[in-house]
Amino acid sequence: MMKIKNINISKNVSIRIYSLLALLVIWYVLSIIINDAVFPAPLLVFKVLINDIKEGELIIHLAITLYRVFLSFFLAMIIGTFIGILMGVKKNLNILLDGWNILFLNIPALVIIILCYVWFGLNEIAAIIAVSLNKIPNVIVTIREGARSIDKKLLEVAKVYKVSPTSTFINFFLPQIYPYIMAAARSGISLIWKIVLVVELLGRSNGIGFKLHEFFQFFDIASILAYTLAFVIIMLLIEYLVILPIDKNINKWRT
Amino acid sequence: MNSDLIINIKNKTFKDEGSSFSHNAIKDLYLKIPNGEFCCLIGPSGCGKTTLLNIVAGLDSSKGSKVFFNNQEHYSDTSISYMFQTPRLLPWLNVIENVNIVLNKRDNKSLKRTEQILDIMGLKKFMYSFPSKLSGGMQRRVALARSFITKPKLLILDEPFVSLNEPIANMLRDMLLQLWKEQPTTILFVTHDIREAIFLSDRIVFLSKAPAKVIKEESITISRPRVFESPIIERKRKQILSKNKNILDGI
Repeated sequence: MMKIKNINISKNVSIRIYSLLALLVIWYVLSIIINDAVFPAPLLVFKVLINDIKEGELIIHLAITLYRVFLSFFLAMIIGTFIGILMGVKKNLNILLDGWNILFLNIPALVIIILCYVWFGLNEIAAIIAVSLNKIPNVIVTIREGARSIDKKLLEVAKVYKVSPTSTFINFFLPQIYPYIMAAARSGISLIWKIVLVVELLGRSNGIGFKLHEFFQFFDIASILAYTLAFVIIMLLIEYLVILPIDKNINKWRT
Repeated sequence: MNSDLIINIKNKTFKDEGSSFSHNAIKDLYLKIPNGEFCCLIGPSGCGKTTLLNIVAGLDSSKGSKVFFNNQEHYSDTSISYMFQTPRLLPWLNVIENVNIVLNKRDNKSLKRTEQILDIMGLKKFMYSFPSKLSGGMQRRVALARSFITKPKLLILDEPFVSLNEPIANMLRDMLLQLWKEQPTTILFVTHDIREAIFLSDRIVFLSKAPAKVIKEESITISRPRVFESPIIERKRKQILSKNKNILDGI
């Protein structure tokens, strides 16, 4: 049984690898056909990437962008989860705040970013607030759904046995909405890093977004792709080394 | 000190949200259970037994009902245990965590006691298993262990052994009696199985159809330990049924 499973997994992995290789080949073929500096070949992009890493500049900008991504990610998750749970549990609060949430869901990211910069100045705090504000309404919607689907029968157990409110929340309530928190985190981190780049492009003097803007002005497409590639690789590593293990750990009782 | 349980419910109605329809579940129900008694409640399905238990457990509070325990109406400091119709275990915690979680003070001593109780229940091998890995009977044993770990003054059980096959249900009944013997407590036990009630209890209380009220009480004086499939229990069952033909239907 185990063997069959392993064979299947390795088969799946090889399909994934071949599919990515195929994409690389298509890219390469297209670059030959187009034969222009605005469509660099993959090898050139990798060369630029290695060169930029060696020079050290890429690492610094990457680190700054990562720092902004995580700060606004955790801020959005904590605030969004908190409000989402309250709105899911308290019906009246939901009626009160639902309109606001729909409004914020539909304000374009760009508008929030511009307003934050205008109101709070071109600084780090404004940047972080702008990114978080863009993500919080999404987190609220997902977590609220989770809080609504809570099994009250389990909470009754806590009530009968007079389990303390803190323990009730941590052991009886929160685990029921873990899947929703994970879903919000997954979609959150990919959305947030895209918004961070826009924020950097519009009002910061460092970070990947700022650099992309610079390369755009010089039409340096190879560098743009190199920076993008670097960040995508980092995000893939985070998915496989951080999010997947956490997901596995909190779902271990399901198997 | 008077540590009897006194249940006095004048009126308990449920209103359907958004409609004028209301369901009268309990009316003029008075029940006194002496300290340490094993009391079984029997009544037709849908007669409001679970509602009654929820009121006693403090899960359902309403103006028309008064429940006194140890002469206190608000016995929020008294430890009550409740074994529900379904085990209601936390699927993300293993067996030992599931039992321990209801203790507000968790230390090495309580962990030892948990292990002890799980040993009595024959669950020592499965202490670190998740509930999804256990059979229905084993899940009930975990729930039973959980209801004893807090050393309750009052133990409420709502048809805890329903839909189990007979040998397993028998084993669980024996375990319940053993735990009760080692750790005496007042027990309120709902069932629809009259033989089970005779086997377990000191007294059987029969409830009417909704709105529920007490229609008959029957003391069981058969000496313990009792044997489930014994003529003496069968005789008692026949005697109760012949005297009150429709008692199980709530008359």
